Amino acid sequence: MTRITIDPITRLEGHGKIDIFLDDQGEVADCFFIVPELRGFEAFCVGRPVEEMPRITSRICGVCSEAHHLAAAKACDDVYHVEIPSAAKKLRELLYSAFFTGDHATHFYILGGPDFVMGPDAPPAERNILGMIHKLGIDVGKTVIGARAAAHSIVKALGGKTIHMVTSIPGGVTKGLTEEERETVVANAQRLLEFGKFTVEILNDVVLANQQYLDLILSDIYTHRFHSMGTVDANNHVNFYDGLVRVVDVDGAEIDKYHPRDYLNHVAEHVESWSYLKFPFLKQKGWHGFSDGADSGLYRATPLSRLNASDGMATPLAQAEYERFYETLTGDRSGKTPVHQTLATHWARVVEVVYAAERRMQLATDDEITSDLIRVLPTEIPTEGVGSVEAPRGTLTHHYVTDERGILQRVNLIVGTTNNHGPISMSIKKAAQGLIKRGVEVTEGVLNKIEMAFRAYDPCFACATHSLPGQMPLIVRVRAPDGTVLAEAGR
Amino acid sequence: MTTRLRTKPKLALYWAASCGGCEIAVLDIEEKILDVDAAFDIVFWPVALDFKVKDVEAMEDGEIDICLFNGAVRNSDNEEMAVLLRRKAKVLVAFGSCAYEGCIPALSNTTTRTATLDWVYRDSPSTINPEDVRPQERTETPLGTLRLPAFWEKVRSLDQVVDVDYYVPGCPPQAHQIWAVLETVIDILEHGKPLPPKGSVLGAGDRTCCDECARTREEKRITKFVRPHEIIPDPDKCLLDQGILCMGPATRSGCGALCVSVGMPCRGCYGPPPNSKDQGTKMVAALASVIDSKEPEEIDRILDGIVDPIGTFYRFSMATATLAGAAARRTTVDAETGDERLTP
Repeated sequence: MTRITIDPITRLEGHGKIDIFLDDQGEVADCFFIVPELRGFEAFCVGRPVEEMPRITSRICGVCSEAHHLAAAKACDDVYHVEIPSAAKKLRELLYSAFFTGDHATHFYILGGPDFVMGPDAPPAERNILGMIHKLGIDVGKTVIGARAAAHSIVKALGGKTIHMVTSIPGGVTKGLTEEERETVVANAQRLLEFGKFTVEILNDVVLANQQYLDLILSDIYTHRFHSMGTVDANNHVNFYDGLVRVVDVDGAEIDKYHPRDYLNHVAEHVESWSYLKFPFLKQKGWHGFSDGADSGLYRATPLSRLNASDGMATPLAQAEYERFYETLTGDRSGKTPVHQTLATHWARVVEVVYAAERRMQLATDDEITSDLIRVLPTEIPTEGVGSVEAPRGTLTHHYVTDERGILQRVNLIVGTTNNHGPISMSIKKAAQGLIKRGVEVTEGVLNKIEMAFRAYDPCFACATHSLPGQMPLIVRVRAPDGTVLAEAGR
Repeated sequence: MTTRLRTKPKLALYWAASCGGCEIAVLDIEEKILDVDAAFDIVFWPVALDFKVKDVEAMEDGEIDICLFNGAVRNSDNEEMAVLLRRKAKVLVAFGSCAYEGCIPALSNTTTRTATLDWVYRDSPSTINPEDVRPQERTETPLGTLRLPAFWEKVRSLDQVVDVDYYVPGCPPQAHQIWAVLETVIDILEHGKPLPPKGSVLGAGDRTCCDECARTREEKRITKFVRPHEIIPDPDKCLLDQGILCMGPATRSGCGALCVSVGMPCRGCYGPPPNSKDQGTKMVAALASVIDSKEPEEIDRILDGIVDPIGTFYRFSMATATLAGAAARRTTVDAETGDERLTP
């Protein structure tokens, strides 16, 4: 038995590694994606006042702190049985759409993009954002940096801080918008709308115009048939901030649709002894190990699955992009046939960037956005509540139970990336199986193509790589059973 | 890419048990990151560059000029990296609240390892685990052994594990403060400016958050505490004056009073002010002078309005809290070697 250890692949809020076991023929016998970290938020939040949760749980992730802040705030509203003012809801969603653009776009340009712009086998010294700027021109770099700054500006105006925002509270938000501030937000939103269109052009010119990349996206080693989860509005259109959770099966048929409050009837988590991170699955299907297909309990919660789980986008440009996406990949522009190619997640992310841009402009120009009515004081006795949003990396659920003073008794969290733990593991394994063969040299390009299998999911560490050469450290050692290093490749 | 010139000082950045916010904060210095790249030879930064642990192991001791280490020490992996980087770096900086004083992850020190693991893997309502499978440091499979790091009893700050030279507070440190620290370092290394005294706090002010707060303060006379969601406070007056527990008086300046300026009380992420080692003690002292009563029973009633004193006074500094004393140490048997070892 030969073992290949990829350690560290990257930092998934700490560390991650891959153990690949080869059989005597040099084929991949098994593969384990191992998450070695646990911080125990659910246990140590017990005893804390529930209204502090938006500020405590944002520290789960400094990359998507806005998602935790808002899921926690919604759970708090639910705990206190309070309906927040319409303007407060719009202010939260406005901030959230700005966050989404910053997060998605930087992944597209800096983490995922270089694989396509420079090519999966390009020298690693060039396969990064600086290489991209060199190839596409300095104006592209300036546009990306400018868009990131515009998104940050909106987050800070409404959230108080760009990382670990503070303004959501049970009953609403503590910071509204003056007319003057709104003008700045609208200007930034306009800039980001143009940026959304620009990103579609880059996608068209660099990726979709290249048959080699289309073939790569469509290839079997990056394809799995999982069920798809996403939050939808009343029209079954994608929504990031609010709605019902919908799940469609591998063929696109709706098999679940529920209020986030009912999540325990629909999803559960499995434990393995070799990872600190649990493996969520659909309860109606049950846990059947690491398998895909109609009977598997595994589902994805990603930009791709959100598109699959919806009937379309709520805004016109995004809807046009949605139709083009499905027309190209399935031949059916309605989107009723799901896309299962993992690498198409990058494209789905661009569709969401366009939606976020249009939605943000709708909200920024809404008459109510400058309303003074942004908070109500909760009056009910606090009990139990669930809050959910779509984090960039998947459906995020916070569930709190308090005593009658609003002191936490129980906390349960299912985090965006966690939903995809099973699928990420299988995507890595399939890529490894497809790429590592007896007699084939394990080159740096091979390593990168294994990385591409999980990079498409944008696991939560991704934003941290967003502004310098976006390489993840990766080393593969092929060892004989006695531990001797037979071959090594790395970058 | 980093231009590798032998003459440039070597910089390393690393994260242990953290949220990633400190990394993003470094990137938020935006175009100045190119100045950093020009001034330093970045030799280790796992989130952004290609160098690996083995590259660090291969360095001479003290070869790294300065290492910015963020994140707390939660497990054995974090500890090994702290020890390694201490050995390889001339100057080790605890960067951000987690490395400095434990931050939010150290609230875990209010509970136990067992309670944490029982909840996550057995008792949480979404977990289905009839055989009570638990993550193991070693899992034997027919193909080979799979390993996980050890999950320690307590979360520790960096200086509870290795010797630390300087501290940069904040959750996260604000971008303008990060740049100020880096400029200072460049001045020292390039222009021979003297090093600050060991143990200094860099990238922050030397007063309290209140000194940066624009709200109007009066002679405080608190008769009742209220929680932030229970009142809509006056936008111009001190929050503490209005009965909202605000950690401003017990928190170092440096952030610009960001939270307070948008109507939310300070929670203390910049750590204790100068001349105070313990934020909770400092806050109790501050409160003692503003509670409007001399009657012990009345004082008790007022203080009962503070619903989570420990979790509020030590929101960001539980790892270093005086009341926590020395971190509880327990002995366990190493699964691999059979040796007894101390579990922090």
